[in-house]
Amino acid sequence: MMDIPVWLAIIVGLLSLIGAVLTLLGCLGLARFDSFYERIHAPTLGTSFGSIAVLLASILYFSVSGQRFAAHEIIILIFVSVTTPVTMMLLARAALYRDRAEGNAIVPRSAGDALENAAAGDDIPQPSSPQ
Amino acid sequence: MSSDILHWSLLISQVLLALAMVAAATRMIRGPRAQDRILGLDAFYVAAMLMLVLFGIRIGSSVYFEVALVIGILGFVGTVALAKFLMRGEVIE
Repeated sequence: MMDIPVWLAIIVGLLSLIGAVLTLLGCLGLARFDSFYERIHAPTLGTSFGSIAVLLASILYFSVSGQRFAAHEIIILIFVSVTTPVTMMLLARAALYRDRAEGNAIVPRSAGDALENAAAGDDIPQPSSPQ
Repeated sequence: MSSDILHWSLLISQVLLALAMVAAATRMIRGPRAQDRILGLDAFYVAAMLMLVLFGIRIGSSVYFEVALVIGILGFVGTVALAKFLMRGEVIE
């Protein structure tokens, strides 16, 4: 490892530590939450802010030590932040479809049922339906 | 001095990412249903990608960047294919 200024070492080390800690927290949440719909929120901590911190550390290190602006890590950053919502939404819809097809109690049976339940829980008086 | 700081912080970060990979692999092995296993695989891919970026900083070469890019692309394609398989029962319609 070549000689680099101290401030760069501190900043790169801090950014990589922050990214690693965020990714670890996301994966611990993935391992410890109870239901799938809680679990799907946790790992996005690693794909959003964990990736941003680690890739920013890489950009800084190679830009200063390589004497030129090296920003090709931005490609990974853009790709990850574009594709993660797509994959998570596909996965959540697939899980919802499977739970509804099996009639599990964790999800409402259809979107209409969910609307009725939400409306029944409100304080707004509902028009009484004919018996 | 500065290389010591960089060396130790990168080492600790890599250990933390390895623990994250262990947690994701736990969910992948233990997960009660198929969607939990796919979610664990996705988190595993991301942690491995970040770990390869840190390896690149440690070695000082940008070869590891291409590896991380390929891992990111393959993780996306794999997760989308598996989610589509769960939804439809087949990948290519």
